[in-house]
Amino acid sequence: MEIERVMVKVYIMGEAYEVPEGSTILSATEYAGFQIKRGVGCREGFCGACATVYREKGDYKLKGGLACQTVVTDGMTIAQIPSVPAEKPVYDITQLEANENTFKELFPTVFRCVACNTCTKACPQDIKVMDYVQALKRGDIARAADISFDCIRCGLCALRCPAEIVQYNAAILARRLYARYLAPKSPEVDIRIEEIEAGKFVPEIDELKKTDRVELGEKYYKREINID
Amino acid sequence: MYPDYMRESIEMVVRTRPKRLKIARKIGKQVFPAMSEEEREVVLSNFHPDYRADARREIQIGKNKGENITTKVADMLESYSRIDPDRIDLSKFDMETDVLVIGAGSAGLSAALTASGEGASVLIATKLRLGDSNSMMAQGGIQAADQPDDNPAIHYLDVLGGGHFDNKPDLVEALVNDAPLSIKWLEELGVMFDKTETGSMSVAAGGGTSRMRMHSARDYTGAAICRVLRDEVYNRPDKIKYVEYTAIIELILDNKGQAIGAVAYHLENRQYSIIKAKSIVIATGGFGRLHIQNFETTNHYGATADGLAIAYRAGAPLLYMDSVQYHPTGAVFPEQIVGFLCTEKIRGLGAQPVNRNGELFVYPLEPRDVEAASFIRESTERNLGIKTPSGLVGIWLDSPLIEELSGEGTIEHALPAMLRQFDRFDIDIRKYPMLVYPTLHYQNGGIDINEKAETVIPGLYVAGEASGGVHGRNRLMGNSQLDIIVFGRRAGIHSAERVKAGVKFGEPSLEHVRKYNEEAKALGIDRHKVSPVVLPDYIPDHVKAKQLTATYEGTLI
Repeated sequence: MEIERVMVKVYIMGEAYEVPEGSTILSATEYAGFQIKRGVGCREGFCGACATVYREKGDYKLKGGLACQTVVTDGMTIAQIPSVPAEKPVYDITQLEANENTFKELFPTVFRCVACNTCTKACPQDIKVMDYVQALKRGDIARAADISFDCIRCGLCALRCPAEIVQYNAAILARRLYARYLAPKSPEVDIRIEEIEAGKFVPEIDELKKTDRVELGEKYYKREINID
Repeated sequence: MYPDYMRESIEMVVRTRPKRLKIARKIGKQVFPAMSEEEREVVLSNFHPDYRADARREIQIGKNKGENITTKVADMLESYSRIDPDRIDLSKFDMETDVLVIGAGSAGLSAALTASGEGASVLIATKLRLGDSNSMMAQGGIQAADQPDDNPAIHYLDVLGGGHFDNKPDLVEALVNDAPLSIKWLEELGVMFDKTETGSMSVAAGGGTSRMRMHSARDYTGAAICRVLRDEVYNRPDKIKYVEYTAIIELILDNKGQAIGAVAYHLENRQYSIIKAKSIVIATGGFGRLHIQNFETTNHYGATADGLAIAYRAGAPLLYMDSVQYHPTGAVFPEQIVGFLCTEKIRGLGAQPVNRNGELFVYPLEPRDVEAASFIRESTERNLGIKTPSGLVGIWLDSPLIEELSGEGTIEHALPAMLRQFDRFDIDIRKYPMLVYPTLHYQNGGIDINEKAETVIPGLYVAGEASGGVHGRNRLMGNSQLDIIVFGRRAGIHSAERVKAGVKFGEPSLEHVRKYNEEAKALGIDRHKVSPVVLPDYIPDHVKAKQLTATYEGTLI
């Protein structure tokens, strides 16, 4: 679409480019002629591939954001972070216990947290990162799982943390431990699995598999709808 | 923030809301009559993009030659290989594995974990990173008939009706029967499904479902699943190897017609390598980045149907490649988020699609093709859409209704991704409706498989969006998240089974590539057209005109 555009100046890795006003960092970079290989993923804010560090004109603060979601401003200086070389411990979830000792062993850096809140400020998802780290220190895995839920693993928190904590790796362990060990169980799932294994629904499905299209259509449009 | 000129229409939505709320409170979900079969046919044939004159064309090459398939897919498949077979040294290989998994979304990761669990060595090759996929972006839920008032036979009929009864019965049977087990498998791995106060699974309705069976993890369901599967892969470094930024650009067959390996291409160091494998699982996902009919898409950067290209070239036929799913509710304002997915869960929670005058004009939970076509009808023939400043059109999705129906705080709890997506652009979806329009979303068809995820090529399996037949000609919400787990695991099981039974390699061959290139040449196809596409290209024309390396369509610069 060829609408007359106001252009703004952005600095990509230090070099000046004129890009359309309203572009995201991602679309600005592509407009400038880069076909990005490393540093693009879902393009919609769900995968954390496009973590970017940037500064705005006249502002000393170093900010973090997602290239696909952050709209450029005139004079913005941009550097994408293509990869975060953070440590990840290897573990067998079936052999772990859902308590803080697991974190003392696998994520000892969590206990170096000085509560500076830099991680929370860096998070492009507005997650209270420091709060979940503090929860882990107390062994409150459920709370850490809840607070960290929307984490997309962009890595900005770990990159900025003075205590070298890899918050997002600790968080995924918390969420997995919660789901496997602490969440309430749903017995109806096991009951249904047993019924299926016993062949309870075989006659009905076999019948449907043999039914011709016309009759299937009639059955389908007459079927009971129970969604309230 | 919405521009001033939209204020009047927004006020109409607010004005009609109390009455619509009253009806919803009284009737429940079925606030508008659902369409009959005939009514569905009328709206589809007149308004669904698949029925436009140029939506499909006859493909001239390969196993499906002579069939009408989606135009842009035919364009992609009528192409040359990226390699010259004469320049590839097949006498030695760089990597060897029992099972090669191509693609690292939830289908690929499930296949890898399952095959590994069966004792096979696994190598995952992905052209981006582990987890970069459409799976990671799925929002609303995963279907499974595990509730007391539901069962797999009821689920089966829903799937068929949504798919226009074109679905392959054995595949649907596998899908619905494996569903509760898939939920259990995921929960045991550590996926946090939403639960009710009593501890049972929290379930919701989706388009075309006759029971509430949509399991969810807020509106980050895909991510909740995918990141757990990925974490588990990271935890098995001795059993599961992976290479990233490594696109698979051809399959290698042997003189017996078995799939025995692949040609890999590293996007950064630009070297090719030869992978030898006893079984190969294609889990390469969808085709949104082909921008079919020039639609914007919900899909991730890598959704270029690469698996289709390499499998088709190797002789695997495709099924229902004439059917494209447009998700009815893609964002259409502001410009920065055009095409972005707005989960069907929003309607599952009671939000209603309304036109410029605030009128509800369709049952909110029709199957997607019907719902999308009806939004298009409302904005075109009936001319009751809302124009955006960038020249697009949309209809309102009245999300504040959710807070009215289920209490303040529901959106924050159940739709945090949606709240955040619009909040970034100063739109509070708890107070204002969302502006939406159909967006290119899902590849309904794909490579033909059986219930063991096998293709006609021995040693070649497919799982997930790249396969065809499970969903017929239209997929229901939550059945793709289910498909990838069910068939990812089946591909894992059967690819490992083949390894255990013993594979005898014949002479490696790229003869199928040579033949395909010759067929392309005989058809007079432009030599610059190559596939797989690998990555889309968003560089503007005036910049490309000055780029010395811009030679092939879809090439890597």
